[in-house]
Amino acid sequence: MKSETEKPATDGDASAAAAPAVAMRAIDLSAGYGDRPVLHQVSLDVRAGEMLAIVGPNGAGKSTLLKILSGSLTPWSGSVELEGRPLGEYDRRAIARRLAMVAQENLVAFRFTVLEIVLMGRAPHLGAFHFETRHDLEIAHAALERFDLLSLARRPIQELSGGERKRVFLARALAQSPHVALLDEPTAFLDLKHVAEIFARFRELRIERGMAVVATLHDLNAAAMHADRVLLMKDGAVAGYGTPEAVFTADNLRAVYETAVHVGRNPATGAISVLPGALAVDARR
Amino acid sequence: MSAPAALSDQAVAKLTPADFADAHLTRARMAMTLAALGALLIVVAIVAAAFGSVHIDLMRAIADRSSADHAILFGARIPRVLMGAIVGAVLAAVGAALQALVRNPLAEGGILGISGGGAFGAIVALVVFSHLGGADVAIPLCAFAASLISTLTVYRLAQVDGRLEPFTLLLVGVIFNAFWGAAIMLVNSIVNFYFTHSIIFWLMGSFEAPTYREVAMVMVLGGIGFAILIARARDLNLLSLGDDEAAELGVEVDAVRRTIFVATSVMIGAAVSVSGIISFVGLIVPHIIRTAIGADHRMLIPASILGGAAFTVAADLIARVAIAPSELPVGAITALCGGPFFIYVLRREGRKSLAL
Repeated sequence: MKSETEKPATDGDASAAAAPAVAMRAIDLSAGYGDRPVLHQVSLDVRAGEMLAIVGPNGAGKSTLLKILSGSLTPWSGSVELEGRPLGEYDRRAIARRLAMVAQENLVAFRFTVLEIVLMGRAPHLGAFHFETRHDLEIAHAALERFDLLSLARRPIQELSGGERKRVFLARALAQSPHVALLDEPTAFLDLKHVAEIFARFRELRIERGMAVVATLHDLNAAAMHADRVLLMKDGAVAGYGTPEAVFTADNLRAVYETAVHVGRNPATGAISVLPGALAVDARR
Repeated sequence: MSAPAALSDQAVAKLTPADFADAHLTRARMAMTLAALGALLIVVAIVAAAFGSVHIDLMRAIADRSSADHAILFGARIPRVLMGAIVGAVLAAVGAALQALVRNPLAEGGILGISGGGAFGAIVALVVFSHLGGADVAIPLCAFAASLISTLTVYRLAQVDGRLEPFTLLLVGVIFNAFWGAAIMLVNSIVNFYFTHSIIFWLMGSFEAPTYREVAMVMVLGGIGFAILIARARDLNLLSLGDDEAAELGVEVDAVRRTIFVATSVMIGAAVSVSGIISFVGLIVPHIIRTAIGADHRMLIPASILGGAAFTVAADLIARVAIAPSELPVGAITALCGGPFFIYVLRREGRKSLAL
């Protein structure tokens, strides 16, 4: 198993001069719930325009890591920096203007319309008693348009399917005009077409706006195809960190997932592809 | 506007933000709705002041200061209408705010046992301070303190694994109501029967013979509470998405929650100390407004204030005239409407709204 040989790239790297600025960095995060430790010494960084996928088996600590990055959970030790400053130095609204998070579950208590939900993304940009301005409405409109939601704008959020609702929350995150988007399993339970569309939309945003994206993903093939780098986690620790080619080796994945895997290339895209390995798997290895 | 689902892709692509003014809250819609509700409140208040168990001549009441009509209108009817209006406004606004805070459309001061706690505090203060003096200050204070303790306890008990469990919340409210009811009956059975009328008054909820001083007290405390809730209305919108989600959109969730809990407890304490337990106003009014004009709390809170006032004044008018010359406690009228309404909302909305 790869251990901590792959530290996050530092500004001292040879490539650093040409590389975009680091949007978000986490250093030696350890965390847990109650006295149960969940994360051990996790470090990562993500640059403007880059997509980092966090992958690993259930219970590896992916969602916990994302909660710390979003500021919802305070780590036991370690630090998070957003655009070069510690997260703790920003107030909540200042964070919300730079960082958007889309959780795995998106439940709403009352019958807000789709447009109202997306407009909520503008809240951190509004003064105390201000109504949304024309500018805010245009941003929400563009976010709806990008996720193909204009025809649903008037519908109460409760009437939407799971996939439609996910797109509404992604559009809400986009309406925040964030520099960093944190996405917890953005494609879980979606069909192939919508998965492809969501990754395509975020690719556009990364190129157009230099938005940095950090997403937890179950699907290793999606991670290999869409992420610039991947963070492979097991039992709350980093088991591999780097490009998909470097991290998704058969040995690494077998060690992390405790099952045989076959690593090849997707003939259509050239991306790494991961398949279950031989049928006679010794699951206890 | 035609059904958007039927539009072609090209038609959808041509839409501009202005085409969606009906899909979110605008200043114009808010002003029109509040003006309409304000007009409704004024009409209801005038009708309620004009009618009652005895017939009065409004012209004579205003013209002749020595007439019995004048005494009835200004000494009984108007303070009573004002009291009904401000208490109803408080109950509905508190209901709307608590529903957002606990993300449960069935939450309400009466249902959660917060009013019951307030009534118990008021009764204990009455019994203790009627000998010591200062009861008129101690009663609202104790009602507020007991309301706040009830609020915090119900909220804490309804947390299961750090999540607010919607049905546990309602069950804890049921238990609290039963508990406070029993505690009040216990006090009733051990104190002088001289207090019995007041205790029954608090249990049933009534606007019997309010003084202008009591009206002013609820108006001042209620008014402060309204200002706080309206100032937090957008935060309440964001809290509808969840605590973490609200925080990620810039809300200082713990500070907002503390503010709302204290404000609503003061408001309920003030209302209960003058009128007892009036249930379901805080359920019925916000629900109707949400269904009719949308969920945005920037509109819902002020609309609930006006709608709650109109609803409660109307309910009290029914309480006064239904079996005249006797009268019903207004709390019985609201409970008779509210019980079936609660079941209706639970059946219709329950699966969708409570699947948190």
